[in-house]
Amino acid sequence: MPHVVTENCRLCRFTECVAVCPVECFHADAERLYIDPAVCIDCGACIPACPVRAIADSIDLSPEEASWEAVNRERSAALPLITKKEPPLPGADERRAALGY
Amino acid sequence: MTEAPHAAPARVAVVGSGPAGFYTAEALLKAEPRCDVDLLERLPTPFGLVRYGVAPDHAKLKSVTAVFERIAQLPGFRFFGNVEVGREVMIEQLRGAYDAVVLATGASAERRLDIPGIGLPGCHTATEFVGWYNGHPDHADRTFDLSGRHAVVVGQGNVAIDVARILARPVDELRRTDIADHALAALAESRVADIRIVGRRGPVQAKFTTRELRELGELAGVTARAETDELALGAASLAELEDKTNEVPRRNLEILQGFANRQDTAPRTLGVRFLLTPVRVEGRHRAERLVLKRNRLVGPPFEQRAVPTDDEITLPCDLLVTSIGYRSVPIPGVPFDARTATLPHRNGRVLGDDGVPVPGLYCAGWVKRGPTGVIGTNRACANETVESMLADRDGWPRVSRTDLAAAFGAPVAWADWLRLDHTEKARGGETNRPRVKLTTIEDMLAAAAAS
Repeated sequence: MPHVVTENCRLCRFTECVAVCPVECFHADAERLYIDPAVCIDCGACIPACPVRAIADSIDLSPEEASWEAVNRERSAALPLITKKEPPLPGADERRAALGY
Repeated sequence: MTEAPHAAPARVAVVGSGPAGFYTAEALLKAEPRCDVDLLERLPTPFGLVRYGVAPDHAKLKSVTAVFERIAQLPGFRFFGNVEVGREVMIEQLRGAYDAVVLATGASAERRLDIPGIGLPGCHTATEFVGWYNGHPDHADRTFDLSGRHAVVVGQGNVAIDVARILARPVDELRRTDIADHALAALAESRVADIRIVGRRGPVQAKFTTRELRELGELAGVTARAETDELALGAASLAELEDKTNEVPRRNLEILQGFANRQDTAPRTLGVRFLLTPVRVEGRHRAERLVLKRNRLVGPPFEQRAVPTDDEITLPCDLLVTSIGYRSVPIPGVPFDARTATLPHRNGRVLGDDGVPVPGLYCAGWVKRGPTGVIGTNRACANETVESMLADRDGWPRVSRTDLAAAFGAPVAWADWLRLDHTEKARGGETNRPRVKLTTIEDMLAAAAAS
C-alpha cells in the first residue's frame, strides 16, 4: 500500500516532498509529481511536508481518489526522477490559498 | 601544484552513521567540488536507528539501508566503525585534522519516569526494551520478565506503539523477521496478554502516525480497544481537529473510534488509553500495579496541557515500559544546550557560548533538532547543514589534513562490515529470516575480521 500524490499537486508542484524523501521515489512532469510505488518505503515523511496536503497513504484515499494509485504507478515509470527541491510553479501560492491551506 | 581546480578535496569527518550521518555524507560527496567523507561510528555496525530502532516487523522501512549502501559506494567515502569520539579519538583531534566535523550522534539518552516504585523489578525504559529486541550490544544482555499477564506502555508516540505491538504480535510472525534471537525465545514463552498504552493528553494530541495506529487494529489474535469516554473531545480539541492541516489526528480519531466498544474475543487485548498520568508503581517485590490520575486538558487549542484531577485509577501492571522522551548527551569539547538537550546551532552551524558559529563544526539529525520526525526528515535536515557548510567552506580553518585512520585503533572498514553483513544474512538464510543479528561487539568484530 504505497503513498500517492493526488490532485492538489497539479499547478502547485511545491516539491517539499522531494527534500524529505529518504529513497528518491518521486518522478515529475511539468505540472506535478508522482510516486514510484516500487521504491517508496511508506515512511510518511512527505505527507506533512506538502504545503497543500497532496500526498496520502493509498489506504486513506476515498473511492473517488482511488484511481491515483494507478496514475502514480504508470506515470512514475514513464517520467524522470526528481531528487532536489525546485521552485514551485508560478501561481502556486494563489492556488494554495484557493485550496484553503 | 596549482590552485583550486586541482586542489585536493576538502576532508570532512561525520560522526554517527544513522540516517542523518549518511544523508550528510551523501550531500558532501555529491557537492561540486566534492568533499571527501570519513564516517565514524561507535559500533562496528552502520545505520544507527534503522538497525537498532526501527521495529523488526517493519521490514519495508528498514529497506532504506539499500540507499545507504549506495552512498557508501560513492568516491571519497570511507567508513570507520568501532570508533567512538571521546574513546578512540578526541573531538579536538578531529577538528585539527579535518576541514570540517559534523556531529550526527543522535539522542541516545532517555527520560526516566520519576515516580515512587519505578525502581521495582519489572519497570523498564523503551530504549532498553527496543535495544533488547533489536539486538543492540548495549542492551542484548538484559532480561525482561514476560511471565505476567499485564503490561503497560507509557507514552504516545510511535516508539510506544512499537513496544506494544511487539508484545502483542503472535510470535510466529516475528520468526520471519530479524528480531534478536534472545528476544524471540523470550517472546515465545511470553504470557503477556493484556497490553495498554497510556498517555497524559487526549487522542487529538497523541503523536502516533496513522499507519502505526491502524496496524494495531489489524494484528492477528489481538483485540485493539479504546475507551469511549476518553475519546470525548472538549472545545479546544475540537478546534484543533478543525485545522485543515491537522489531518493525522482526524484519521487517528476515526481509527480509535473503531477500537471503542470492541469485545475482547481475541487471546490478547491492546488498549489505547488517554488522559492518564502515572503517579506510582505498587508491588511487594516487583511491579504489580500502576496507579494513575485522570487528567483534564487546560489551555487554548494547540497549547493544551494535561492537569491531573483527584480521580485515581489502578491498572494491573507486571511489566512497565516507559517511552516519554529522548535526549542527546553532551559531547566533551562541544557546546551543549542543556535545556533542549541538543547542540546550539544556526542552520546546522554549531554555536559557541557567545552565540557565534564555531569554525568548521556542524550538526545534523536528532542532536541538532531534537528527537522528532521520521527517517526522511533527516535528509532535509542534513541538506540544510551541508548548504551551510558549502557556503562556509572558503573560510574553514586551515588544518593538517593528517590521515587519522591509524589513530582510530581497530576500525571496522566498509568491506569489513560487508563481511559481517554477509555472515548475518547467511545465518538468517538457514531459517528463512532476513538475517540473524550478532549482538555482542566481540562476535561482530570476529565476523568483520573473518577471511
